[in-house]
Amino acid sequence: MSLLRRSTLLRNGLLALCGLGIMLAVTEGLSDYRNTQLANIAVTVCAVAGLTVLTGLSGQISLGNGAFMFVGAYTVGLLLMHNPGTNNGELVLVLAASALVAAVAGGLVGVAAARLRGPYLAGITLALALGLPALPEYSHFQGKLGGHAGLNFLAPNPPGGMNFFRWQAWVCLIGAVVTLFLLANLSRSRVGRAFRAVRDDEISASLAGLSVARVQILAFTVSAACAGLAGGLFAVINGNVLPSGFPISLSLSLLAAAVFGGLGTLSGAVYGSIIVTLLPQWSYDLAHAFSMPDRVQLNLPQAVYGAGLILGMLLFPLGIQGGVRRIWALGRNALRTKPAGN
Amino acid sequence: MLLEVEHVTVRFGGLTALADVSVQVDEGEVVGVIGPNGAGKTTLFNVVCGFVRPGQGELRWRGAVLRRHRPHQLADLGIARTLQGLGLFPHMTVLENVLVGAGRHSRAWFGSGLFALPRSDRDDRALRERALATLDRLGVADAARSLPGQLPYGAQKRVALARALVAEPALVLLDEPASGLSASEMDELADIVRGLKQHTSVLLVEHHMDLVMAVCDRIVVLDFGRCIATGTPEQVRDDPKVLEAYLGEQVDATTQEVADD
Repeated sequence: MSLLRRSTLLRNGLLALCGLGIMLAVTEGLSDYRNTQLANIAVTVCAVAGLTVLTGLSGQISLGNGAFMFVGAYTVGLLLMHNPGTNNGELVLVLAASALVAAVAGGLVGVAAARLRGPYLAGITLALALGLPALPEYSHFQGKLGGHAGLNFLAPNPPGGMNFFRWQAWVCLIGAVVTLFLLANLSRSRVGRAFRAVRDDEISASLAGLSVARVQILAFTVSAACAGLAGGLFAVINGNVLPSGFPISLSLSLLAAAVFGGLGTLSGAVYGSIIVTLLPQWSYDLAHAFSMPDRVQLNLPQAVYGAGLILGMLLFPLGIQGGVRRIWALGRNALRTKPAGN
Repeated sequence: MLLEVEHVTVRFGGLTALADVSVQVDEGEVVGVIGPNGAGKTTLFNVVCGFVRPGQGELRWRGAVLRRHRPHQLADLGIARTLQGLGLFPHMTVLENVLVGAGRHSRAWFGSGLFALPRSDRDDRALRERALATLDRLGVADAARSLPGQLPYGAQKRVALARALVAEPALVLLDEPASGLSASEMDELADIVRGLKQHTSVLLVEHHMDLVMAVCDRIVVLDFGRCIATGTPEQVRDDPKVLEAYLGEQVDATTQEVADD
């Protein structure tokens, strides 16, 4: 027990393995459709977890992490297109490359971001989310990046005749758990403290020996790497990448998930990802449960989605994780005061 | 000599905040900087910390000239500073606040943190012990798990001091450490500052004369950016120029009357 308390690696590692084991077992009982949903949630978790570390811990806002997903996705697209017959072992390297290339892009953006605050940072990252995914349509890159039609490639076949959709869920779940494991380690470490110190008070942080700009660039790089991996997984499960696959609404929904789940918490990133992935489907189902005119039925899902997010934020201002913590604290206090009351 | 500020001049547009100011701090010395409001005391600190670049003059640390140094490099040099406004990290516990200050004692950074290597845990445990010991020394170890905002002001000041001292600096700059403290807390502060002298030199800016007179080995008096007197507390207390700076209007009035006669 004391070893568990002393070793972050052992504690987080065991937690990650247990979580992964349960999730992989769960995929066994799910339909193809549900497994695809699970894969999508896992992809979103990667990106949102990175964003929640950036915005929640280091205090920098990014409306543009969809752009880093784009970078990761096209990295995977190019690698798989030019290397047909990539096997599952090599896929790990391809996905690592997607995180790495996005991290480099994130580092470059981070250099600019470290000089900007608040609305200016929001503005430049928003511009990034709008501009970068349009790159393949730019005439110079149309040949290499496939222009409007994007890139088509073959993802590796599942090993040993495994169900294709289950395999997709496995790949994405492994990616998400690895991301969460590494980010959990990082947040607990001296680096995580540095992120939060810079967020809380830049002058005090610099007097404590932290180079504020360097810490902020690091946070941006980490968050971009996570988004890059998310993009890479997204490419693998889709078998193609398109410029239109990374609209501005993607970046915004990542931020919505991070805030809705509880900014700065990894469990919040998981809750938030589940909500933003499933809520559109739920609201679609809800809208179609009643027979309504087409015009209403087509627009109702968006309205329900928006209303759901607003309602959620009103009920849980600190996100779902904030609500969970409050209920937990209330329960604990109730248990504590009981003996005194008797 | 630990720190030498030599003939430093700082101008903000037309305002001369510091004019040809020199201050030295030797090892084991407590040096006070006093002066009326707007005399340039905090500007002097900001020059030492690298927040403000002097127009003329230079800084030397342990004999070596400091050129274009940046605030975040101070910790590694062995210089710590507390701020007038405390500047505690509001969303981090007291212990975490102090852990950030202790950072220079840890070599573990990104790689070991990301993969939770044993080294990261080991370094963190060492930092934790160090931080708790410092909090204990300043009498606020009980508050380790609280957020700074939950503590009374006096305790928050101790946390800010602990965050500076945990780095084990050779020199600590204290910016108005006594402001907002009660009389008894101020006595305790005086004991703490005197206790530092074995390991750490102190440069402090302060308005409370009792504290300054009680703890300082040497005092530098600034007025309108100029250094008008230096010396032991006794010498400074009796210096007519210092009296003039603090009670200037009265002296002006009498000279006016003399002139009228």
